[in-house]
Formats: sequence, C-alpha cells, structure tokens
Amino acid sequence: MEKLFDFELTGRLLQLDFVLMALAAAAVLGLVAGTLGPLIVMRRMSFAVHGTAELAFTGAAAALLLGIGVSYGALAGAVIAALLLGLLGGRESERDSVIGVILSFGLGLGVLLLWFYDGRSNNKFGILVGQIVAIQQQDLELLIGCAVAVLAVLAIIYRPLLFSTVDPSVAVARGVPVQWLSPLFAVLVGVATALGVQIVGALLVVALMVTPAAAAGRVTASPWKATVLAVVFAETAALGGIVLSLAPGAPVSFFVTAISFTIYLVCRAIAYVRSRQRRISESGSAASPVPVP
Amino acid sequence: MSGTGAVEIEGAALAFGERTLWSGLDLTIEPGEFVAVLGPNGSGKTTLLKVLLGLQSLSAGSVRVAGAAPGKGNRRVGYVPQQRALDQGLTLRGRDLVGLGLDGDRWGTGLRGLRTRRRKVAEAVESVGATPYASSPVGLLSGGEQQRLRVAQALIGDPDVLLCDEPLASLDLTHQRTVTELIEERRRQTGTAVLFVTHEINPVLPYVDRVLYLVGGRFRVGTPAEVMTSATLSELYGAQVEVVRVGGQIHVAGAQSALCEDTVHHDHDHAHDDEPVRTGRT
Repeated sequence: MEKLFDFELTGRLLQLDFVLMALAAAAVLGLVAGTLGPLIVMRRMSFAVHGTAELAFTGAAAALLLGIGVSYGALAGAVIAALLLGLLGGRESERDSVIGVILSFGLGLGVLLLWFYDGRSNNKFGILVGQIVAIQQQDLELLIGCAVAVLAVLAIIYRPLLFSTVDPSVAVARGVPVQWLSPLFAVLVGVATALGVQIVGALLVVALMVTPAAAAGRVTASPWKATVLAVVFAETAALGGIVLSLAPGAPVSFFVTAISFTIYLVCRAIAYVRSRQRRISESGSAASPVPVP
Repeated sequence: MSGTGAVEIEGAALAFGERTLWSGLDLTIEPGEFVAVLGPNGSGKTTLLKVLLGLQSLSAGSVRVAGAAPGKGNRRVGYVPQQRALDQGLTLRGRDLVGLGLDGDRWGTGLRGLRTRRRKVAEAVESVGATPYASSPVGLLSGGEQQRLRVAQALIGDPDVLLCDEPLASLDLTHQRTVTELIEERRRQTGTAVLFVTHEINPVLPYVDRVLYLVGGRFRVGTPAEVMTSATLSELYGAQVEVVRVGGQIHVAGAQSALCEDTVHHDHDHAHDDEPVRTGRT
C-alpha cells in the first residue's frame, strides 16, 4: 500500500518512454471523450456507448486472432456496432433492448474468438480492462488521426446536432437533417469508444465517455461550460489514473474509474448544496402567487 | 405564382391513399395578416403546417412561403411548436434554446460574430420577458416559461411568416394570454404574417383577421364574423351547430367534442345522434 504514494518511484517511471506514450494517448482520449460526453448524456446514449465498446472488444479479439493490429479491429467493431444500433434501434422504445441484444451477442462472440487465440494471455485481458502501457508509436499515430477527424466533424455539425438533440421536431422544421445526424454522431462515438478500449478497456470506457459529462451536467447548464468541464474531468481521470497506477503497478482502469467516480460524487454534492440554498432563498423572498384561472 | 403574399396556397390538395384531407384549397395570407386555422382532430390542420414547412408535399396544387418554395431551412419562416416538456436533464439554458433559433441550423463552429450573437439572443430573451430565467436549465422551467422561450426562438430570426402549431395547448390562461400577446405585438411592429393553428379561437379572437375552418375535407375561409356563424358551421359539419357569442367570446355548441379535442372525450349529456364530429370523419 505504501507503494501507492512512493513519489520517488513515480517520478522515475514518469521519465520512461512507454509511460510518456501512455500519457499522450490518455490525453488525446480525454479530450475526445470529454468533448463528446455532454451530447452522449443529453442523447441518453450511455448504454449505447457500453454496447459499442463491447463490439469494439469483439473486433479487437478478432484482430488479435487474425494477427492484425488490435486498434484496427476495435475501430471496425465499434463502427459496425454504431451503424447496427443506428439501423436496428430506430424507434426510441426499442433502442434499449436492441443494444442489449447486440451487446450480449458481441461479447459472447469475442469470448469465443479469444478462446481460439493461443498467444499471450496478457493480450486477452488487456482488451477487456485496458493495456495502456502497451501503446506503440503507430497506435498513438492512429489515435491522434482518429481524434482529429472526430473533433473536426463534431465542430462542423455541432450546432445542428445540439438542436436536434434538444428539440428534434423544431430542428426538423428548421431544415436540420435530423435523420442522418443521429447515425453520424453514433459513428463518431464509435470511433472514440474504440480509442478508449485500448486505454481503459472495453468494460470501462463509460468511465471516460459518460461519467465526466454526467458530472459536469450537475454543476452547469451551459453547453459550452459543460463541455470544457467534461474535458477537464476526463483528462484528470485519464492522466491522474495513469500516474497513480505507476508506483504500485496496479491496473490503470481502477484509478481512472475511481477518480472519475469521485469527481461525479463531488459534483452531485455541489448540485445538492446549491439547490438547497436556492430553496432557502426562494422561501425567504415572498414568491408572487400564481393566479388561478 | 408571383404574388406578394407572405403565404400563397393555390389549388392545394392533400390525400393519403384513398383519404383526402382537403382539396381545392386557395389561400393567400398578406404580410401582417393573422389567420387562425381551426377544425376538429384529423381535419389536416397540422398537416397543412407541415406542407408550409416543407415536411410534407402536396398531392396537387402549389405553395409558396415567404416568396419561396416551402423549403427546409427557410430562415424567413419562424415556427412555434405545441408545448411539449423539454427533457429535465438537458445541459441547456433558456438563452441557449433561443440561440438555436438564430443559428441552430448552421454548420461550422460559428466562433465569429459571437458578440453580435450574444446581443441578439439577449434582446430576443428580453422581448418575451424571459430574462429572469434565461440562465436556468430549460428542463426545470414551467411549461409557460418554456413556451415563451420558444416564441423568442421563433422570432429571433425576424421571420416574415410565423407558423404556430397549437402553441397555447396545455398552457394556463395567463400564459395563453402572454404568448398570444407576444405574437400579436410582433405582427403589429414588423408586419409578420401569422398562421395560427388552434382548436380554440377565443384566446386569439381579438387579433384574428381571417379564419380557415377545416372539417372532414370541407373548409371555409373568411373573417370570424363570416365563418363563425351557425349557418356556415352547420353546413361545414353537415349537422346542426349553434354558434353563441357571449361577452366577446365565441362558443360553438353541438360541435363541442370536435372543437375541444384536447380535452378528454367523455360522453357529454348533450351528444346528439347526429354528432357532427362523426360525420366529419367518415
């Protein structure tokens, strides 16, 4: 346990190339996840993110078996998942169950693929819970390329996307192409999820994609502030998680999710205190009675 | 079609398979005119709005709105929807909702002109008296407050034509009056043409220039004095309908269940054998 706070060891490890590589990857992921997060939360896509991550796992497992880069496999799996969910889950009432159906099948398929794979078992475990220290130079390049593409597309579609998220019927009336913005955003989320799978693993992607934005939404109602806060929270969790995991050599995923969760709890507490204060000040001032028609 | 009307409808017909909602509809709405569209459920009021918004194409005839084909993204058209509660968990303030009316349909970051945008949004919010709650999360506002913001959202682009789809439904009387007055004020000041779909004429009666009354494929256009009479409505419904004027309000008896369609259709004691709404639907 004392190794957890061995700052000297942490400092020494921070000079290693593979650690710096991991930190760079986490920083890129934090930026993308934090930026997409508020829209994911508003569009109620948390479960879709989880489902997409499981299919990214299936893709990664297939890639491992075939001997191609795990990154490409995860990417292909996540994008296929995003398109599948977009195609099959058109109706709001069905979306939830469709995700459950696809997710479970994808996970099962992935387990079978891993069973066929007879390489290092570390690799198997890695795509479920992340293997950030195994990030290579070319992985990082792919990561940055994908991140730039996702952020560029998001910048272009941001306002119509926000409009169609908030009030689809009015957005349609104003000529916003709501029907194809949804699948496009799902693909963006899929790409980001695939990136996350390599760092925190398929099981824990939600901790970076959803939790920071959910926390930010508790303390601000401004879409811009929420996005900035979500990025800050996601970066704190991703980078902080890696740094804390160095000395004890414990799994990165635990620290990432623990920081993320702590931030969420703090934000909820702030929101609670604020709403209490508001209620007290409201009951103090004489509220004008609402006329009864 | 080269008139100057804000909305020009010529020989318009709309049919879904066998069922014709209406046909031979001619209506020109002049700038600054306030037209109420009335009629029972299923008479095609909202579908007419969809046609004007370019979301539904006609079976026959032609339509022009603000001098152009009813198109997607026509910025000279404002739209106020029926009050629907916004999602409570939205990370969005009142002023952001209004801002979407200004540039929510535009691509790109829109980082240039942020200062002008902020000023315009603040003015639009102020014009509907929503400044006190413009920074609150929209999901926590009351239905009336949300609807005021939606009016600001529709008006912020200075539209030539304002299309309103039952904007007063599920609002209390005070908020009905405020929302109606906001729309009326804009019409007087800038000559915006207003097409107001409603099931209840009384809240807008003082402002209405003409009425388009749709019933089961038949329709009548004219001033409220011309259309809202026992003779005209009886003819439209194909049944005996009594129009009563009390204290500046118009009450339609005999077509009760047809007109008050947002209320639950309990069997009224006065339901006649020739209940007009039924003849309208067959």
